[in-house]
Amino acid sequence: MGVLVLVSLVLITLSFRAGEDGPLSSVQSTGASVLRPFAVGFERVAQPFRDGYAWADSLLSARSEAERLRVENRELLQRAIQSEFALQENEYLRRLLTYLDSPRFPDDFDPVAAEVIGRPAGAFTQAIVLAAGSSNGVRVNDPVVTADGLVGLVIRVTPDTARVQLLTDEEAAVSAVDLRTSAPGIVRHARGTRETLVLDRVPKQDRVKAGDDVVTAGWRASGLSSLYPKGIPIGKVTSVGQTDTDLYQQVQVDPFVDFGSLDAVLVLVPTERRP
Amino acid sequence: MSAGAVLRGSFLVFVAAMLQTVVVSSVVIGGGAPDVLLVVVVSLGLIRGSIPGAIFGFLGGLVVDLMTLDTMGITSLVLTLVGFWAGRYGETTGRDRRFAPVIAVGAITILAGLFGYVLHYMLGEEVVARHALVTALIPACVLNLALALPLHALTRRVVGEDDRTAVSPDVEVLAR
Repeated sequence: MGVLVLVSLVLITLSFRAGEDGPLSSVQSTGASVLRPFAVGFERVAQPFRDGYAWADSLLSARSEAERLRVENRELLQRAIQSEFALQENEYLRRLLTYLDSPRFPDDFDPVAAEVIGRPAGAFTQAIVLAAGSSNGVRVNDPVVTADGLVGLVIRVTPDTARVQLLTDEEAAVSAVDLRTSAPGIVRHARGTRETLVLDRVPKQDRVKAGDDVVTAGWRASGLSSLYPKGIPIGKVTSVGQTDTDLYQQVQVDPFVDFGSLDAVLVLVPTERRP
Repeated sequence: MSAGAVLRGSFLVFVAAMLQTVVVSSVVIGGGAPDVLLVVVVSLGLIRGSIPGAIFGFLGGLVVDLMTLDTMGITSLVLTLVGFWAGRYGETTGRDRRFAPVIAVGAITILAGLFGYVLHYMLGEEVVARHALVTALIPACVLNLALALPLHALTRRVVGEDDRTAVSPDVEVLAR
């Protein structure tokens, strides 16, 4: 028993102190590659059950969901026409100005589709493991998205797998803007709940309202730039509060992505890095 | 322990570890997810004793740490102690008690949650105590309790019962 505890403590120390370049990292990388086929196999077996559960769950809310989507579809059609007009105008003006911009989503990225094959147990970290790694062009700090919006950031990579820190992790933070008012802030995990986010550091003079969309800011300054390209949807503002003593507003954001049911994601690999 | 029991136990731990990371961790009910691997390690400790429990716990933790690319050794350390605690309980006061698996799983889930929180805190990771110890841990404990008896029966069926007539080296036999 004492030997096993000692071995565990040595593993923790080596893993923690040596980081990505240590000898343990290559052992873990090899181990993850060996275990990957088993994980993919388990995932394939579990998928029909997950789909069945999702199908049964969706039946309960199908009617109200269909009506909501019809209304939303009408609004989006109108907005798409206006956006197309604005896009053409924007492109024309950019050409006139030779405007220098930070990487844009999705134009400057090649997505790598990857299956989610694992999650750490317990409530200590919010992360997922993907069945794609450095052999697929994935690197540390690559953003990860789904069709709904931002999922997180790649924090560890082996040749065949990658670990992604979810936006709901305590240590994750993303510079973001309110789409309607352009009010800047930092999206981070809301304390105490599992899947709620807050838009922090929003100045009081910015009139953020419930229902506003929040997207990544994608800033660039003095040779530095955000890890996330601009314009990735993050979530919708659900409530805004402020007190006289607070310096900033308290903005709660409901994420577009359902972090509890991630089956597959897209890793955004910069186009310039692809062979 | 026979070689067959060791192999069957290792296979069970491997399957539980893979199930936990691939499927069960994403099954969040009431804010928490069950921990199949912890329940299996507790059962193995109860059935086979403290040292086999610790070894199976260490192996299961190692698979999880490799699979999730987490800091190596964290899950191994927690599950080594889990297997050992369960084994000691099985060897002493829990012996022959019908609800020993339920009592052990309930108590050890809470203790493992607390220990895991302290471990992550000591490594400098940001973890909200309220979320880790209340919001997620209490539902996880309830779910683990629900799984305790079925998984204990399954584990007993797979690895078989230990020979209880063997004399423990820690115990002096006064009379036969």
